[in-house]
Amino acid sequence: SRYRKKKQKRYLLPDIISTVEFNHTGELLATGDKGGRVVIFQREPESKNAPHSQGEYDVYSTFQSHEPEFDYLKSLEIEEKINKIKWLPQQNAAHSLLSTNDKTIKLWKITERDKRPEGYNLKDEEGKLKDLSTVTSLQVPVLKPMDLMVEVSPRRIFANGHTYHINSISVNSDCETYMSADDLRINLWHLAVTDRSFNIVDIKPANMEDLTEVITASEFHPHHCNLFVYSSSKGSLRLCDMRAAALCDKHSKLFEEPEDPSSRSFFSEIISSVSDVKFSHSGRYMLTRDYLTVKVWDLNMEARPIETYQVHDYLRSKLCSLYENDCIFDKFECAWNGSDSVIMTGAYNNFFRMFDRNSKRDVTLEASRESSKPRAVLKPRRVCMGGKRRRDDISVDSLDFTKKILHTAWHPAENIIAIAATNNLYIFQDKVNSDMH
Amino acid sequence: MLSKGLKRKREEEEEETLGVDAWWLDPGHPAVTQAPPTVASSSLFDLSVLKLHHSLRQSEPDLRHLVLVVNTLRRIQASMAPTVTLPPAPSPPVVPSVTDNLLASSDAMLSASMASLLEDLSHIEGLSQAPQPLADEGPPGRPVGGAPPSLGALDLLGPATGCLLDDGLEGLFEDIDTSMYDSELWVPASEGLKPGPEDGPDKEGAPDLDEAELDYLMDVLVGTQALERPPGPGR
Repeated sequence: SRYRKKKQKRYLLPDIISTVEFNHTGELLATGDKGGRVVIFQREPESKNAPHSQGEYDVYSTFQSHEPEFDYLKSLEIEEKINKIKWLPQQNAAHSLLSTNDKTIKLWKITERDKRPEGYNLKDEEGKLKDLSTVTSLQVPVLKPMDLMVEVSPRRIFANGHTYHINSISVNSDCETYMSADDLRINLWHLAVTDRSFNIVDIKPANMEDLTEVITASEFHPHHCNLFVYSSSKGSLRLCDMRAAALCDKHSKLFEEPEDPSSRSFFSEIISSVSDVKFSHSGRYMLTRDYLTVKVWDLNMEARPIETYQVHDYLRSKLCSLYENDCIFDKFECAWNGSDSVIMTGAYNNFFRMFDRNSKRDVTLEASRESSKPRAVLKPRRVCMGGKRRRDDISVDSLDFTKKILHTAWHPAENIIAIAATNNLYIFQDKVNSDMH
Repeated sequence: MLSKGLKRKREEEEEETLGVDAWWLDPGHPAVTQAPPTVASSSLFDLSVLKLHHSLRQSEPDLRHLVLVVNTLRRIQASMAPTVTLPPAPSPPVVPSVTDNLLASSDAMLSASMASLLEDLSHIEGLSQAPQPLADEGPPGRPVGGAPPSLGALDLLGPATGCLLDDGLEGLFEDIDTSMYDSELWVPASEGLKPGPEDGPDKEGAPDLDEAELDYLMDVLVGTQALERPPGPGR
């Protein structure tokens, strides 16, 4: 068995992590949590002075993004949990990100301050007004260096756009607009305008009694600003073109794999529900995650995915129990690596899986404290279903279903991954900058 | 069985009743494709109904969870043999909890629809018509005539959500019952709370609504009365 040398860093965060996202350069990594907080990590520049901490991530900034709110009209509490964070492409010295809870999206600006003006005429060092009689000459204030301070301020609050729970946000490649999706609708916003949004998808039936399908995830195409995709609870993907119509209820393309009659069960629909959809960096493919598999779709082929990978097929015979304890409704995310050659997704027991599309090899790894000495080796794991069992194998019956890895992220260019395991953020990076195999 | 921390309730009872269906709990069973059972056990049906109740009891139900459970329930019900005798359907309690989510009209819709759903369930015993086809998605699937209604379009979610953005203020004073299904007997004659599947919620309001509470809420809306809870940021 092969061992993969990786550096591992673990952060214990104050609350359950609910989303993880690298920015476009990979320099920054943002996490959102159940308590409405955002923690941003920054990659230290590599330096010869401290070779052991080359390119590692350290805490950069922490702020409270959302607070619990009370909707007075509906008499409902709105959770502060951050559902998604998306970075805007950097356009100046400042960084910007969008964070959202169930109902409200916020645009945050992150700036650095490393100089401050000194030598005011009317104020003293502490900012108190000087006694004017003591001022005898004019001086020009000068900028002096100070300790780096990271300032975060809310620039826009996009409220009241959604009746249902927001599950996705996605920034358009035009860098001017973004979309937000809830269970039944998708809205298009302009980043500078908070009092208006355009509804571009509405699948709410005239009679709610007829509701059979909801929107589960959505994303803009990385290059074509008019294209976006949304997934449904029935396992279908709809690619929409905003140029075709103002309301994109009619899809341009419908991606759906027909149900395999031999594996049909009462839970077929639940396990086909897509929990995440991601365009490849190239824009040619889409990656979807449903309960048991990850699938790669070619935008040019609607009939079926071009690749299907089993994440934890040993659960197929356990679906009834997983239905009973609601685990079957867990929503796992998926991710591409920078070159679109490897895909990653989380599973139970703090396991996460990687699939190499070229070699068709796959590996199961574990994010755990036990193997978490700083220079530990990340060991592949195996789940056995009974029968012959190797020494380090885990039996499927001893999997811990409370330890779910729902949120994972891959650095846009390098082999660095961020894994959220409840309160723990694991950052794995190669010791040597090389391909997976 | 599945994990150390998760204990199933009534574990022994379930093992006995499941019987034939144990194949999907059998850990030794290979994970490759199996021919699914054509008839669901009644306990799977009960489990689904329980999940549905639990989901609807939330002040803001998770729509995805709700829709998936409902669709699964449809499949199960469709596969059940006509002669299956269901246990008596649990009934919603009578008294609406006035202060609970009075202004959330989505719950009114849900409670109204659930009432009819349970009505349907109680009629299933002695069902004489063929089960609905599984792919019963659209409204036309509803059977006509005097035959006991099967679970066609599940009357789960009413039309209005009551959001000002959406449907105006019409749903604001719908009578909401979120404490339903706490195992009290349904008394249909009271309160006019029992609309049919086609009806909207009872527009005349709930007669047992406390007038003082209604006045209080009116004042809150009009702004003469301050709410106890401070508004959050950004409002």
